[in-house]
Amino acid sequence: MTNRQLAETVRDEFVPQTVHLADELDTGHSPDLAQPATTVPAQGPEPERLEERRSTGTSRRSDRFAAAGAALAALAFTMIVFTQLAPFDGLLGFVVFAWLSFVGIYALLVSFDEDGPAVRDRMAAAVVHSLGFLLLLGLVVVVLFTLFRGRAALVHLNFFVQDMRLAGPLEPLSVGGIWHAIVGTLEQIGIALAITVPLGVLCAVFLGELPGAFSRFVRTIVEAMTALPSIVAGLFIYATVVLMIGFGKSGFAASLAITVMMLPIVIRASDVVIRLVPGSLREASLALGASQWRTVWHVVLPTARSGLATAVILGTARGVGETSPVLLTAGVNAGMNANPFSGWQISLPLQTFEFVKSPQPTMIARGFGTAATLMVLVLVLFIVARTIGGRGPGQLTRRQARRRVAQSERDKRRFLERQSATPPATEAMTSPALPDRHREPEVDPADHREERDA
Amino acid sequence: MAPSAAAGTTLPSAPEESPDVPRRTVDRPGPADLVFRAVARSGGLLVLAIMALVGVFLAYRALDAIEFAGWSFLSEQRWEPESGRFGIAAVLVGTLLIALVAIVIAVPLAIGAALYISEYAPRRMKQTLVSLVDLMAAVPSVVYGLWGLFLLQGNVLGLSRWISTYFGWIPLFRVDGVDPRDPLATDSVYTSSTFIAGIVVAMMVAPIICSIMREVFAQAPAGEREGAYALGATRWGMIRSVVLPFGKGGMIGGTMLGLGRALGETIGVYLVISMVFAIQPNIVQNGGSSVAALIALRYGDATPMGISALMAAGLALFLMTLVVNFIASSIVARSRSGAASEA
Repeated sequence: MTNRQLAETVRDEFVPQTVHLADELDTGHSPDLAQPATTVPAQGPEPERLEERRSTGTSRRSDRFAAAGAALAALAFTMIVFTQLAPFDGLLGFVVFAWLSFVGIYALLVSFDEDGPAVRDRMAAAVVHSLGFLLLLGLVVVVLFTLFRGRAALVHLNFFVQDMRLAGPLEPLSVGGIWHAIVGTLEQIGIALAITVPLGVLCAVFLGELPGAFSRFVRTIVEAMTALPSIVAGLFIYATVVLMIGFGKSGFAASLAITVMMLPIVIRASDVVIRLVPGSLREASLALGASQWRTVWHVVLPTARSGLATAVILGTARGVGETSPVLLTAGVNAGMNANPFSGWQISLPLQTFEFVKSPQPTMIARGFGTAATLMVLVLVLFIVARTIGGRGPGQLTRRQARRRVAQSERDKRRFLERQSATPPATEAMTSPALPDRHREPEVDPADHREERDA
Repeated sequence: MAPSAAAGTTLPSAPEESPDVPRRTVDRPGPADLVFRAVARSGGLLVLAIMALVGVFLAYRALDAIEFAGWSFLSEQRWEPESGRFGIAAVLVGTLLIALVAIVIAVPLAIGAALYISEYAPRRMKQTLVSLVDLMAAVPSVVYGLWGLFLLQGNVLGLSRWISTYFGWIPLFRVDGVDPRDPLATDSVYTSSTFIAGIVVAMMVAPIICSIMREVFAQAPAGEREGAYALGATRWGMIRSVVLPFGKGGMIGGTMLGLGRALGETIGVYLVISMVFAIQPNIVQNGGSSVAALIALRYGDATPMGISALMAAGLALFLMTLVVNFIASSIVARSRSGAASEA
């Protein structure tokens, strides 16, 4: 119940009575009570609006004025300095100088009517706010800059449906595209996922369900491996698959390198999610006589499903964007090669890297277009991960809740059908239990109490 | 209970001679469970084997080069495997310098952003901000490299010049062969420097550090926060006396994890830096080096010795990040266990 509803209920229930009492007193219906020992405060007319909640926030108007004034003063001061006193030396200097003078002026303004700790508090708040803003600004700049520079290539439809076989170094943007790189990326990440998901989830199940010295050791190693430099993962696959086995650079080798990168990330995230599954669920399943693997398969994994999906998608987002392991293992080719098991196969990050190494402006524009495509791909994966994984285990969406209710109804019907089909001899044994249990939700708890009391 | 209970039940008579022995509570797993456990264990073993193989294979392939070069592998600056003169002294120093610049820039940013998200941001925006920082960690490194190469480099040269002009007396910031009073000097001595590569890497590692710090800050006990406020602390006073001391372990651990990531960054560094194979401590001057960028640059070497030398460099990088990461995770783990013991 919200506060507003509560307040309305209170008013509906109690206020009329009070008014009524006051009326009685005024009109003198009962003269004995007209001279009470306590005086009832005179009730004015009922207020039109509900009382406003008092603001418990700590920001005051004077603080906001001080901040705004300091900002204006700092801007003006910096403009004077940069136009009159010193030559204009780039935007960076302007911003840094303006910021420093803002902090100084703000501290000065606050110190007029506050003491030392309060001044330090305001300055710390200003610094923390600007640092947080700076980091997020960095993200926005990186994303927008890539999209902005990539727009030249992205507006050409052929960019998405052609490969680079026909596009020489001097061809305009209307020839050639990155279709081969998109296919390569999807195939490589697909193979990597086909290896990573079963193995990663299995390992996470092992860590969560079979605790012991060995699983602690595996967990330590996996945690250490999340910091494995990506180029070292590429080097490892290059040394084993390409040089030793002689498989040659290919999409498959690249996906193995991506697997080595993704596996620890997926295992770690899945491990956390599986450990979040409430122990009481496991215990309930075991208490019903289920074996351990049935508990894992039918209780633990379904409960952790959304979290596992998040783990996999976050790992995928990292894997899709990795350049350095692919650089050593995939090989650069300009044409379409849909077969990941033979021949060189490029991917989006590697294609970006190849494009921007060229001095040609069109190639660099293509590089930015490729980077923007890659980033949009990562962004979509990320949003999907957040949408799936926003809830903890056991929390259902409305549709999932509906589906579960429907499933429960079907179960009930199935039970009843089976019951009516069973021969009378066994029915005599089982029938008292089942119908009762199904009727139970409809019975009011109060009825039970009355029965027991009687 | 009904009063007739005594009649219906029989009280067990205590046996005189046999003492109580605890009942065995161990239950024999069925065949399905045995299979399940075996499969799960083998999954763990397989992952462990993959991880171990990485180290073992690198060491095995690197053996030739390390045996050939001996101790000079650690002291030699040049990288000419064909003539037999190669060592990681220069690239290792370059890697450390880039990571150092990255950490110096990223840590204050990350602390500020983490404090903002956990202490200052409006509650409604908190989840959005957390997602944004996570998204920032998921942006591909090649995108950061592009940003560093095409946007940052042009805008940061003025800052480089300013640093070298006024702080050039510190050896770290000195730039050789440049006269600040020369009006015709070009900015090209400041391009492709360790400093710029460090900024790019800082942008990549800051979100990782930030998310670890935010987690630790959020765990600071509410009772102590309220206690600080009740004693009249300002918000900053509360942060300084409760949140920061409480999150110290996580801050150190997060920084170390970021350091581990910064040591291994490849593509961003490769795109920005121009490799020099000599110890180059002047961080704002053109030229620098890093182990990961060296591997990306030279992996095409056809000679077996060249490949083996690269494997040795990769092994050195691998061991370095492993050590840093082990220290980091143990510090973070200890700070978490401290969080559990309060209340």
